[in-house]
Amino acid sequence: MNVGKDLVAASATPLVLAILSEGESYGYAIIKRVDELSAGELQWTDGMLYPVLHRLERNGFVKAHWGRSESGRRRKYYRLTDLGSEELSNQRRQWRIVNAALRGTPFQSFELVPQVI
Amino acid sequence: MLEERISEWRSYVRRRQAIHAVDVDELEDHLRTQVAELGEAGLDDDEAFLIAVKRIGDLDTLSREFAREYSERLWKRLVVEPDAGKDAGRWKTEGLLAVALAVAAAVAIKLPALFGVSLEGPEGLNLFYARNFSLFVLPFLAGFFAWKRALAPAGRWWLAAPFVVAALVMNAFPFTEGGYTELLAVLHLPLALWLVLGFAYAGGRWREHDQRMNYVRFSGEWFIYYALIAFGGGVLMAFTLFIFQAIGLDAESFVQLWLMPCGVVGAVIVAAWLVEAKQSVIENMAPVLTMLFTPLFTLLLLAFLGTMAWTGSGIDIEREVLIGFDLMLVLVVGLLLYSISARDPQAEPGFFDALQFVLVVCALLVDALALWAIAARITEFGFSPNRVAALGENIILMVNLAWSAVLYAKFLGRRVAFGPLERWQTSYLPVYLVWMCVVVVVFPLVFGFQ
Repeated sequence: MNVGKDLVAASATPLVLAILSEGESYGYAIIKRVDELSAGELQWTDGMLYPVLHRLERNGFVKAHWGRSESGRRRKYYRLTDLGSEELSNQRRQWRIVNAALRGTPFQSFELVPQVI
Repeated sequence: MLEERISEWRSYVRRRQAIHAVDVDELEDHLRTQVAELGEAGLDDDEAFLIAVKRIGDLDTLSREFAREYSERLWKRLVVEPDAGKDAGRWKTEGLLAVALAVAAAVAIKLPALFGVSLEGPEGLNLFYARNFSLFVLPFLAGFFAWKRALAPAGRWWLAAPFVVAALVMNAFPFTEGGYTELLAVLHLPLALWLVLGFAYAGGRWREHDQRMNYVRFSGEWFIYYALIAFGGGVLMAFTLFIFQAIGLDAESFVQLWLMPCGVVGAVIVAAWLVEAKQSVIENMAPVLTMLFTPLFTLLLLAFLGTMAWTGSGIDIEREVLIGFDLMLVLVVGLLLYSISARDPQAEPGFFDALQFVLVVCALLVDALALWAIAARITEFGFSPNRVAALGENIILMVNLAWSAVLYAKFLGRRVAFGPLERWQTSYLPVYLVWMCVVVVVFPLVFGFQ
């Protein structure tokens, strides 16, 4: 099922921050985790993750360092900073607000009546 | 096979200016992990590579996202630092060497002062300095390139020889002071040595057309950088004079005897190093300027021809007017050369090519008219060294432009590709060198050092 571009973009930051709160990680692993979490529904274009990560680093939410992969190749690892944790709580609050609003409507239940035009 | 594809992909991504080398490293790691994983799932290398590249996503969108993130990268800054992955050690050595050579050149130019040779002569610049100026700075630049391109020892001897010969000629020849042959030699020697420098720049591979064209591009950029540095230097000197005057000290002798000569020679090396450092990071300015001035120049020549035809007036030949027309030819050849240096050889002939054809033809017409007017009076004027030199240069440039016009016509008519045009220009470079050497060495002998 195709999730709208805007929604994918909006959910990118909280998802990445939340995944990094589970522990330090790198780009490829983050994408795999997203795939896992969404049961394959959220299909991110792999390359697009990296500008997001760089933006988060620029804002101070994550910190990157170069390490080595198992095969010995250079790999960039990211971890969440304190500022990032704060931002994550911030994002969580925002999503809760939206979620609560939607729960009050038929959106959340299964009794959505299709509009008869 | 996979390695080839990955490095091809790397260079393709690298071309996007918003994506720096470090980012490419990161993306490459992602690509390789993906390929490895797909390989484990049973796909062969080719399939895994294709899928992995597709998953990374469309490059245009990706570079747009990167550009949005790193908007300052779109102003191609000269970051004089090694890219992660480049040999950082060699980079530093190169920078230090450039600075050291610049200092050495500055010291060299002041060295004669120790032996009582002053910078000022009876009429401006001391003749010793005028004759040997290029020998104070170009050998250092030659050394820089010899090191950078790892010139073979045999090549180094070949490189040193012209400088030694030049030193001998300029100092041993009994020039008449203030004579024409001396003036011509002084003007043509730096140009000759600059072309010799091309040998070092090309790492000894002076026969290859690509290397020659690269040297042309380097020369154009060097000139622009030097002009900018010189302008900055001028501002610095003016400011030095002003600020020391404010506390009652006259800094004029310091500025004239130290700051200026050292700056002039040091900047030669620094500008060369900067051009080498920037490489493809920053757009070449010379072709941009060429694109601006070609239409203007073409219009000027068309207007001139039109006016001549309209008013029916001939070219009024004063004694030394040929030099002006030489200058015109030099400018046109320069415009031609630099737009050729930046043109995509695969591109179809277009409006700009037609414009250049018009420029070349106009220049040839104007020059033909000038030569015809002069020919009628050449016996009246006689053959002095500078007149012969001007005539020789005129003919050399005219031959270049004439054949270029023919090739352009064929190119526009699609009977020939762009390659021959480029190769004609690069093949012609040795002709300039030979001519310069003739002016420096043969003219004094023929004209009795007058």
